[in-house]
Amino acid sequence: MLETLIIMVVKIGVVFGVLLLVAAYMTWIERKVIAAIQVRWGPTRVGPFGLLQPIADGIKLFFKEDLIPNQVDRTLFLLAPALSVVPAMIAFAVIPFGGTTTLFGLLSKPVALQITDIDVGVLYVFGITSLGVYGIVLAGWSSNNKYSLLGGLRSSAQMISYELSMGLAVVGVLILSSSLRLSEIVHAQTGVSWWLGIIPLPKWFIFGQPLGFIIFFVCALAETNRAPFDLPEAETELVAGFHSEYSSMKFAMFFMAEYANMATASAMATTLFLGGPSGPFGPSPLWFVGKVFLLLFIFIWFRASLPRFRYDQLMTFGWKRLLPLALVNAVATAILVAVL
Amino acid sequence: MDIVGLEPILFAGLALVAAVSGLLVIVQRHAVYAALFLIITMGSLAGLYVLLEAHFVWAVQVLVYAGAIMVLFLFVIMLLNLPREDVPWAPRDLRRIVLAAVLSVVLLIELALVIGLRTAPAKEPALTAGFGTTEMVGRLLFTKFLFPFEITSVILLIAIVGAMVLAQKHFR
Repeated sequence: MLETLIIMVVKIGVVFGVLLLVAAYMTWIERKVIAAIQVRWGPTRVGPFGLLQPIADGIKLFFKEDLIPNQVDRTLFLLAPALSVVPAMIAFAVIPFGGTTTLFGLLSKPVALQITDIDVGVLYVFGITSLGVYGIVLAGWSSNNKYSLLGGLRSSAQMISYELSMGLAVVGVLILSSSLRLSEIVHAQTGVSWWLGIIPLPKWFIFGQPLGFIIFFVCALAETNRAPFDLPEAETELVAGFHSEYSSMKFAMFFMAEYANMATASAMATTLFLGGPSGPFGPSPLWFVGKVFLLLFIFIWFRASLPRFRYDQLMTFGWKRLLPLALVNAVATAILVAVL
Repeated sequence: MDIVGLEPILFAGLALVAAVSGLLVIVQRHAVYAALFLIITMGSLAGLYVLLEAHFVWAVQVLVYAGAIMVLFLFVIMLLNLPREDVPWAPRDLRRIVLAAVLSVVLLIELALVIGLRTAPAKEPALTAGFGTTEMVGRLLFTKFLFPFEITSVILLIAIVGAMVLAQKHFR
């Protein structure tokens, strides 16, 4: 009893800590990668390779003046950053980030590297991440600023639109694994299949569901408000969008939420399409982290390469291209599974 | 539930939050706050579903009600942008007060009758294996409840088409 409790607390602590660290260091990775793409240096001054830059930024944000404009709705203005960051953090609770471990024989029986394994894991992640939009909408509304309001409204419309395609893109995976439990979805992807009888391929769903993966990833870009879908904070038209009026740590919380959401979306894509923590050799958590960082790199790559969509283009793309495509993918998968 | 004795406390807490925020939905003067309290009510109801081992219903509750419909609801409220005093919650019109009183007495009698007529089961019915799992809910939806399920979806489709037609007329 006590041991289970301690293990649980340690697991939650580790996941929470790593997620915060990843969210902070993603800013460094993002600046470095974009700098490399644009043939610049990026941060170099604070620590070796600028590695202490996120720490310096954090300290700076802590000591900045915390402005609350006069005409804002104070309760919601204070609540919104928390509403934005909390779902981003707790969505990670069901994602398996490794196989089982005994911590080099320290524990009596093997422990699954996953905080909790619930029956409706996929739906849990979708449900919790869809709550994140409240933080953005309420921040936009309570700021009493037309640019903030427009940013908040845009983000709610955008997130609702792309959530549909995202859900439909996953249906193919659910048909193939016949489970909503994330550990079973990972389990269904272990092993090797021989492509054309000669080339060994891992049984990852990305090979069976390439279209599903692409749709999922594009929707993940839109759901996390990342370029080229970063319209809620389009600085050319909306100042800084929903967080125009925020400063200091409240501003930082929106930033943390965005990066934590990116990490969660990458982890979900890894779990659903890239076999989660499974790999041919070596410790499984390393495989998981490697795959997640590969996807995070693609997130940044997109930002450095593509210009921002116009708002009507975003809506047309979501409803008239992605949604029918996702539907066709789901129906085709169902027919193929039924026939074969 | 793993920990014995925690369930009644959780139930009491969630029920209290649901009831109080349900009351605040109608008492609040500001429409945005009223909508937010409705979300809290729905969240507590979702928690009660978890206590009843209905995990799939929990997920649907959060995903559909709290996640999507409420966002649209907020959308409407913000575009209307009601000022704080526009929703008076104490109407001075006597006829309205009388009507409300009569209706609430009727509701109260109805509730009392329902609770009074119901006999409590001798013991709690045991949970069947796989109760509340997605598999079980899906199996029931596609066998026993297939017809009502399909009818519901047709009704929703008609509602959507109707909304589209009305919106079209408005723009012309």
